[in-house]
Amino acid sequence: MSNEFLNIKNLHIHYVTEEGTVKAVNGVNMEINKGETLGLVGETGAGKTTTALGILRLVPNPPGKIIDGEIFLEGQSILELPEDEMRMIRGNKVSMIFQDPMTALNPVMTVGEQISEVIEIHEKLSNKEAFEKAKKMLELVGIPGARAVDYPHQFSGGMKQRVVIAIALACNPGLLIADEPTTALDVTIQAQVLELMNNLKNEFNTAMLLITHDLGVVAEVCDKVAIMYAGEIVEYSKIEDLFENPSHPYTRGLFGSIPNLDEEVDRLKPIKGLMPDPTNLPSGCKFHPRCPHATEYCKENHPEDTEIAPEHKVKCHIYTGQVKPKGEI
Amino acid sequence: MSDKAVQKNTSKKKKGQWSEVWRRLRRNKMAMLGLTIISIFILLALFADVIADYDEVAIKMNTSIRLQGPSKDHILGTDELGRDIFARIIHGARVSLQVGIIAVGIAIIIGGTLGAIAGFYGGKFDNIIMRAMDIFLAIPSILLAIAIVSALGTSMLNLMIAVGISSIPSYARIVRASVLSIKDQEYIEAARAIGAKDTRIILKHIIPNSLAPIIVQGTLGVASAILSTAGLSFIGLGIQKPAPEWGAMLSSGKDFIRQSWHVTTFPGIAIMLTILSLNLLGDGLRDALDPRLKQ
Repeated sequence: MSNEFLNIKNLHIHYVTEEGTVKAVNGVNMEINKGETLGLVGETGAGKTTTALGILRLVPNPPGKIIDGEIFLEGQSILELPEDEMRMIRGNKVSMIFQDPMTALNPVMTVGEQISEVIEIHEKLSNKEAFEKAKKMLELVGIPGARAVDYPHQFSGGMKQRVVIAIALACNPGLLIADEPTTALDVTIQAQVLELMNNLKNEFNTAMLLITHDLGVVAEVCDKVAIMYAGEIVEYSKIEDLFENPSHPYTRGLFGSIPNLDEEVDRLKPIKGLMPDPTNLPSGCKFHPRCPHATEYCKENHPEDTEIAPEHKVKCHIYTGQVKPKGEI
Repeated sequence: MSDKAVQKNTSKKKKGQWSEVWRRLRRNKMAMLGLTIISIFILLALFADVIADYDEVAIKMNTSIRLQGPSKDHILGTDELGRDIFARIIHGARVSLQVGIIAVGIAIIIGGTLGAIAGFYGGKFDNIIMRAMDIFLAIPSILLAIAIVSALGTSMLNLMIAVGISSIPSYARIVRASVLSIKDQEYIEAARAIGAKDTRIILKHIIPNSLAPIIVQGTLGVASAILSTAGLSFIGLGIQKPAPEWGAMLSSGKDFIRQSWHVTTFPGIAIMLTILSLNLLGDGLRDALDPRLKQ
């Protein structure tokens, strides 16, 4: 318990619009221990980013609303905290790296100013000391401190993402939320940025929530994985378990869509169909319209978490014994 | 790269958005012409006392030399009371530029704040503020200014207030529009994610990013404020005699326009040149600040 940094229980986040209610997050549970990395994997629109914004209580409101659930940071429930105290958590205890470094930096402020801004907000330092610290942070992410006086447009994409990482780590947060930090970068830079994040994370003993749709990235840096589908976590396990024994049909489908180096196959096996419309989610198991093993039972009954191995939970009727898989899972 | 080279490189590179804008503005010949003319007017206004003594030349009547055409002593001639027109124009420039700039300043501060609040918070605030601005806009601005000056009385300060208030709505609209487009940018969300307060986000992140349209509108606004001031003075509601003001000079010279063309022509040219140069500069700034024209 004392080792636990973040604990989310039964989180529901909906976007209420005139066209209907978008059920973005539906009953998410997750725990992240200090220094641990959890990978949150899912398709576009699965509710990954909304979950992350929920942790910072930055879901745009209106239309977004946290309907139900609890979020604990170091045992403290943060959903009832007044806005002032919440601000002291953002950037200090929990910080976030955004997807696109091109737009996550303010174009008219020097990068040094932007790094020292977060330091000034959370630490009692003078402008000058904060700027000195900002330079040190820049050097930490591999950019010469003298470049602190430059503007974002003078940096390349990979360097901008380093600056964003420097901002996120400047106040030594306990949890770093990285929302697809490498999606906007090219592959060679991706590897560098991931390695940098991983090194710094280990150095500062920071926990990390890594949002991605790249299972390769997950394999490289994560300790645990949560697979998200239509606002639910359908499979949750340690990294080794997931890669050795992917259990949920959706997870299997994800692996089927990646080329495998060991097997020779002519065609990849993508998951048929599309993500369901979040304003009109299917009944029962949300994956049943796309699931090859689905039965009438799946249509009517919503599956609960089933622990198939220690710390390996799956939301699927196959593992509760209610449904027989058709052939191999 | 050695340390020294890095140092040199960074000092050379230390040019922000604004030096980039300046570089582009410099290439625009018409804008530079506008800037040159307006700079000359500003310099003349600043050193007006050195060039011509206010009390002796611009105010003191001397009927023996009334309505003289341009000559060596009075390069732009003298008016109906024997005052040097050149001296009155450069002292008038002080009034016009001052009123123009301060009136626009008032309008930007009040209109900008209202527009920023309306755009940032949206919803009820937005509706209340912008509907009030719509009501303002329904009244022609020169009529509004006349009404305000007649209510407050004629003085330079009241003139600035009147001209300033009557142009608040246009600034509120411009600022609101640019705040709306900027507040959804990811760096605003990023600023929230580091725990910045609303005031900090507005002042440090949104306003600096929305300066470009405000600067353009402000430059053009100074021109129209000078024109409004001249107009108000022309109908006797602006600067009071004997203080020199371009509009008032036109007004008093109009009675002698048949025999002494220079009494009205030169103040008119001064107004025209100022407005023209400010508009050229404003247009040039708009082009220079538009990132789509970046080369």
